[in-house]
Amino acid sequence: MSDVKNILLVGVGGQGTILAGKILSNGLLGAGYDVKMSEIHGMAQRGGSVSNQVRYGQKVYSPIIDKGQADILVAFETMEAVRWAPFLKKGGLLVVNDYRIPPAPVLTGSLDYPEGLLEALAAQTPTTVIKAAEIAEGLGNGKAMNIVLFGALIKQMDLADIDWEAQIRANVKASFVDLNLRAFKAGRDAA
Amino acid sequence: MKKLLTGNEAIALGAIEAGVVYAGAYPGTPSTEILEILGSHPRSEIIAEWAPNEKVALESAIGASVAGGRALAAMKHVGVNAAADPLLSFAYSGSNGGLVLVSADDPGLHSSQNEQDNRHYARLAKLPMMEPADSQEAKDMVRAALELSEKYQRPVLLRTTTRINHSKSVVDSGEKIRPPKRPYERQPRFNLVPAVSKQLHVDLEARMLELAAHSEESPLNFIEWHDRKIGVVAAGAAYQYAREVFGEKASYCKIGFSYPLPLKKIRGFAEQVETLYVIEELDPFMEEQIKAAGIKCLGKDLIPICDELAPSVVAKALLGVEPEMVKLEVQAAPRPPTLCAGCPHRGFFYQAGKLKDVVLTSDIGCYGLGGSPPLNAKDTCICMGAASSLGHGAQKTFDFFGEKKRVVANMGDSTFFHTGLLGLMQTVYNNSPVVTCILDNRTTGMTGHQENPGSGFTLQGDQAPVLEIEPLVRALGVRHVKVVNPLDQKAMKEALEWALAITDAPSVIITRWPCVLKRLSRADREEFGDYFHRCEVDTPACVGCRTCVRTGCPALRFDKAAKKTRIEPSQCVGCEICLQVCPKSAIRAVKKGGN
Ligand SMILES: Cc1ncc(C[n+]2csc(CCOP(=O)(O)OP(=O)(O)O)c2C)c(N)n1
Repeated sequence: MSDVKNILLVGVGGQGTILAGKILSNGLLGAGYDVKMSEIHGMAQRGGSVSNQVRYGQKVYSPIIDKGQADILVAFETMEAVRWAPFLKKGGLLVVNDYRIPPAPVLTGSLDYPEGLLEALAAQTPTTVIKAAEIAEGLGNGKAMNIVLFGALIKQMDLADIDWEAQIRANVKASFVDLNLRAFKAGRDAA
Repeated sequence: MKKLLTGNEAIALGAIEAGVVYAGAYPGTPSTEILEILGSHPRSEIIAEWAPNEKVALESAIGASVAGGRALAAMKHVGVNAAADPLLSFAYSGSNGGLVLVSADDPGLHSSQNEQDNRHYARLAKLPMMEPADSQEAKDMVRAALELSEKYQRPVLLRTTTRINHSKSVVDSGEKIRPPKRPYERQPRFNLVPAVSKQLHVDLEARMLELAAHSEESPLNFIEWHDRKIGVVAAGAAYQYAREVFGEKASYCKIGFSYPLPLKKIRGFAEQVETLYVIEELDPFMEEQIKAAGIKCLGKDLIPICDELAPSVVAKALLGVEPEMVKLEVQAAPRPPTLCAGCPHRGFFYQAGKLKDVVLTSDIGCYGLGGSPPLNAKDTCICMGAASSLGHGAQKTFDFFGEKKRVVANMGDSTFFHTGLLGLMQTVYNNSPVVTCILDNRTTGMTGHQENPGSGFTLQGDQAPVLEIEPLVRALGVRHVKVVNPLDQKAMKEALEWALAITDAPSVIITRWPCVLKRLSRADREEFGDYFHRCEVDTPACVGCRTCVRTGCPALRFDKAAKKTRIEPSQCVGCEICLQVCPKSAIRAVKKGGN
């Protein structure tokens, strides 16, 4: 059995999954793990579904997380949790943002945004729901939503010996460090 | 120092460490970042340039090699098609300074129009090829490829795939070298005339035999012994997937130098395992050569030829096992990419989509999204630069059969510079009334806003002469040319009507307005002003007719229950297209205070 752990961050282009993935993977690298991270660029940036896949352990081979493999799935948008749920392993942890970004067919009224998603997810796998948008807006900037979710993820990960605050300092713009540190703490407290 | 780098970052670092003096590319996912990174280095260290297209990029890199410097060209897989002409002939000449061509393939079509397997180019052009399986190998192979290129006078193909280009893994940086410039001498091999090439072909075949021997000895091809019941031959990402699936329950013949293949090494490996699998993405490139050498193996009889591989795909094909997954009753709605709120292309497509009896030939770029619902304004998209030329052939054929159809072609500014202008030349030279619309958003949008010959800047940030499209189009011989602001719906509609009324000659409409995501230059600000504000719906006046949402703007929300449209203030930039199309004048512009 391989010791490799798989963390899958998913959302919609522009939500900041890439920054969260970067802080996570740099922290893991600093702690001595072998790390691989995959992200998809290109078309998806124009409002499409995006994923950021982080794998770590003693030795990592495949750069991608496959179906049925993720130990933790962090969904930055509610419907994306549903889209990517098949990538969770049986009993894997789901951290889901209670936040909707309607896709084009819903905006134009040709499809409905499906209801009852959080309940359906919680019925199938251990689920933590975070209102990250509200929390981030409460801190003064909705954009810090990604770091709130990152804080919630870290709480689930049991990697207390890594200095995440230092990683946040190293990876975000100086003027946003304070906001992001508060967002990180708020996310941890909320999870 | 250990760092997490993407394959593209690693390739760029490899080029810097190995003393590449000239790097050229035309953008294309998943290769784009290689040159973006090299472009951030000073000109004293490396010359890094965007070319108008891949053929030009490779030819300039060839020039650098001929002159005696180390050179690199990078492109996406279909870009190599555009560059195939110089590639196949320079293979005869051979390099002077080392030359590496990075071909970034896209199995799985994450952002491409086809899924071609460019390993075939190695065989077709008779080039040595290397395939990295992670970022460290990507970096090391750039250096190895340049050294090999100089030793054997061959350009070398470094073939990557999306998962290698865009995945991060640990890289140890190395020392930087600056190899001395190789002398330039006039040599017959750089002047390909039939008598010369005839002999060069003979030499080339001899070189390939030497390279086959080199491949047998190359440390890039190695064997990892574990359990010998199963043996796996694999390269690139497929090796990582195989390693993931079989672990130590199989032995591996890991291929890094993949053309010419080390067939003796593979034969020796095959003899010591019970079952030999060749695990590769896309075509049976290695498998066919291994089988032709009389070595028994299994591959594409079991492993799919289409789409990218993943560990689960390999496991299902070879072990018949499928992963256990979380299963849900509910389903996610699709989330297709869309034109951004404020995208100037929307103004064109909204009007073009309403034209009757027209065929809309399009091309490849953000404007390709004009074909998605609700705009649905696209008939064709084949390859970069085809809109006018394909449109020309279609128009001539409709006319031949007396069919009353008109062709309206569209392409972006970067696509026009790439090869689109040649198609336009065709409509002039062989006269057809194709209406060519050049959607000039002042940047290369789709691949992330690279500078181009029309943008006024080079990759390394120097000011460049602005290639103006209108005089260029006139110089090509187009007599009917109009420039419009595509956000002005009346002007856009009238321009299309004006052009369609011209039935005996080609015409051009240039829609000129910057991409909403572009960082505006000083010249842009002077020309377009600071146009950002926003729009809002006068809710009581909205009758719920949904005309506005048919523009496909993601800032508009239609509330089915209330039968009203709402505009999401955080997304609206005030392009005012919805305002203009609303039949009830229920949308108004509100100026943003401050900026
Ligand atoms: C031969 C080839 N090279 C590169 C690409 C990648 N590519 C797709 S769209 C595009 C840019 C198009 O820019 P532009 O024509 O200005 O249109 P925009 O995206 O700005 O609308 C590029 C480089 C490709 N598909 N084919």
